[in-house]
Amino acid sequence: MTGQPSTTLAPKASRATRRGRPELYTDYRADQAIWNTPAKRFWTAALVLVGLYLPFTLSRDLTGLLTLVFIYAIGGIGLNLVTGYAGQVSLGHAFFLGLGAYTAAFLGGEPSGTVRGLELDLLIWLPMAGIVPAFVGLLVAPLAARVRGLYLAILTLGLVFMGEHLFKEARTFTGGPGVGRAPAEPVVFGYNLYARQTILGVELPRESVFYLFCFALMIGMAILARNLARSRWGRAFAAVRDRDIAAEVMGVPLLRTKTLAFVLSSFFAGIAGALLSVVIGRITPENWNLLLSIDFLAVILIGGIATISGSLIGAAFVVLLPRGVEWASGYVPFIGGAGGSGFISVFQLQGILFGALIVLFIVVEPRGLFGMWLRIRNYWKAWPFSY
Amino acid sequence: MVHVRPLSDTLTGTSVDLPAGQPIIEVTDLELRFGGTRAIDGVGFAVAQRELFAIIGPNGAGKTSIFNCISGVYRPQAGSIRFLGEELIGQRPDLTADRGVSRMFQNIELFDNLTVLDNLMLGRHQHLHYGPVAGMLYRGKAQRAELANRRIVEDLIDFLGIEKFRKFPVGMLPYGVKKRVELGRALAMEPKLLLLDEPVAGMNVEETEDMARFILDIRSELDLAMIMVEHDMGLVMDLADRVMVLDFGRRISLGSPEHVQRDPEVIRAYLGEGDSGPSLEEQAADAEALAATEEVTP
Ligand SMILES: Nc1ncnc2c1ncn2[C@@H]1O[C@H](COP(=O)(O)OP(=O)(O)O)[C@@H](O)[C@H]1O
Ligand SMILES: [Mg+2]
Repeated sequence: MTGQPSTTLAPKASRATRRGRPELYTDYRADQAIWNTPAKRFWTAALVLVGLYLPFTLSRDLTGLLTLVFIYAIGGIGLNLVTGYAGQVSLGHAFFLGLGAYTAAFLGGEPSGTVRGLELDLLIWLPMAGIVPAFVGLLVAPLAARVRGLYLAILTLGLVFMGEHLFKEARTFTGGPGVGRAPAEPVVFGYNLYARQTILGVELPRESVFYLFCFALMIGMAILARNLARSRWGRAFAAVRDRDIAAEVMGVPLLRTKTLAFVLSSFFAGIAGALLSVVIGRITPENWNLLLSIDFLAVILIGGIATISGSLIGAAFVVLLPRGVEWASGYVPFIGGAGGSGFISVFQLQGILFGALIVLFIVVEPRGLFGMWLRIRNYWKAWPFSY
Repeated sequence: MVHVRPLSDTLTGTSVDLPAGQPIIEVTDLELRFGGTRAIDGVGFAVAQRELFAIIGPNGAGKTSIFNCISGVYRPQAGSIRFLGEELIGQRPDLTADRGVSRMFQNIELFDNLTVLDNLMLGRHQHLHYGPVAGMLYRGKAQRAELANRRIVEDLIDFLGIEKFRKFPVGMLPYGVKKRVELGRALAMEPKLLLLDEPVAGMNVEETEDMARFILDIRSELDLAMIMVEHDMGLVMDLADRVMVLDFGRRISLGSPEHVQRDPEVIRAYLGEGDSGPSLEEQAADAEALAATEEVTP
């Protein structure tokens, strides 16, 4: 055994020493970095560049769809914090999305004869769309932290039903059932992020402008979440998830840790809800129902529990799958269109596929698509000694 | 086992200034009942600083229950547990931990999905003081705290000789290594009182010797007190300063190892049988964890 831990063997290993040994770190700081291997750095940079380029070439329709992916990713990361990392199953995510959406709509929306709106700047309504749900999460957490498993699922389910009812009743804010209201206007200092704008000399449609905004926000929030996950709080989440009594004996305060998870998750959900409302265009209380919660559960189950990149992959899958099915229906004879011709309609098929995939992932690969990717990567890493 | 930095340099918070003669922990008339069974029946003892105090007794005698009362997992019906002069009964487990009590569990209670490194860093949870927002930014104070504590944890990894498992999820490690990791996690908490619940149960001779070595090193390098529950009589007689013998929740003897060994009451009650080690269920779970080789901690 040498005098020093092997990670500090050399203060500065030369490039030649490091080459081909991506996991030889020269100090703990490099080891603890998010992008701690050259490959990770390269692929992240490449993906960001592609992501920045896409809105300049894709159709408005596809650009809008990808924007939805980013918004779902933000919400998915939020659910992953509480359910994936901290192990507290929540079916109440849709409620917090709705709360964020209506907070934003009230603060940043246009008033009309029936609903209120303050027409404030996005720089005010967007943070508030996170803070208000986070505060409500803080109020709910002491209750939620006392129950677990099935009881927690039922408690959070109650939240969705309560929320839907609340949204239907609070007509001056929500417009009421069936009617709804216009969402917040994404305006920053008079500059509308959901309107045709000229960027870098290129005239972009509103979908592309909003895409760029959501893309940047998603990256920012993903980094915040990833940082949290590798901090003392992320470890505390995992400890509470895996063995709550041992965690407590190790000095992790249960109530505080679970509360933090609920608060952060609600914050992310609120932001996602506000952005989602902008894309939807007109929001009604029915938008924020159990099905939306399940969409987000699917995001983290399919993408991967307790991974940030998994949330993005899952979001892409959940948002793009219906479109994929629709597209495929044009080529497969027994799938009928929306009209109801054919053996099975597109919507039915989407539902079935969705359910089947969730079950399949829970049973076969609980770590989701991200876990599958790790398997593949490790296979090639170990090649030719893979087994 | 050669390690360069003495533990006392790494873990500076394990000693306390106590007036001479004041015990670090004092348990009096402890009583714990589960329905009709008296798991602990009026037990009392005191442990001095730097002492290695052993508790022995047949299975079901109430040894683990005493640990659970101290660390706040069980709430005894009567009695008192004074640690550094303050009452522990009714205290939340995490606050007890914060005061300086850490433990190893009889059945390993590690966080299987986390790496060895993260398990040890979890032991440092109370020593990292930054808040959630600082954690999300991971700059300045938070980053410095993580780095400084990483060095402490690396020293412990070095001390325990588990360098090569550093980045492995704990779930897939062999039993003996897991026990070491658990000792490391308990040490990482920088305790003033360390509770060891059967640290060598289920180990082979070589692993037992290693563990004994670690315990001796901890004793010689740190000022903390230890309470050790153990069935391995050889180990107890070699290491312990004093031994308490329990039978059916009652204290039947207390004194030096020699004294206890000759006590006719002890000879009558204590048959020196060992616990069966990890349950079948745990072994199955371990095997499963091994099969799912590549665990993730993002
Ligand atoms: N959580 C519990 N619920 C019910 N009975 C318990 C519980 N924990 C311990 N006991 C009982 O208390 C007694 C002492 O158990 P324990 O402290 O684990 O013994 P030891 O560690 O000395 O083998 C046993 O009779 C056991 O069945
Ligand atoms: Mg026991």
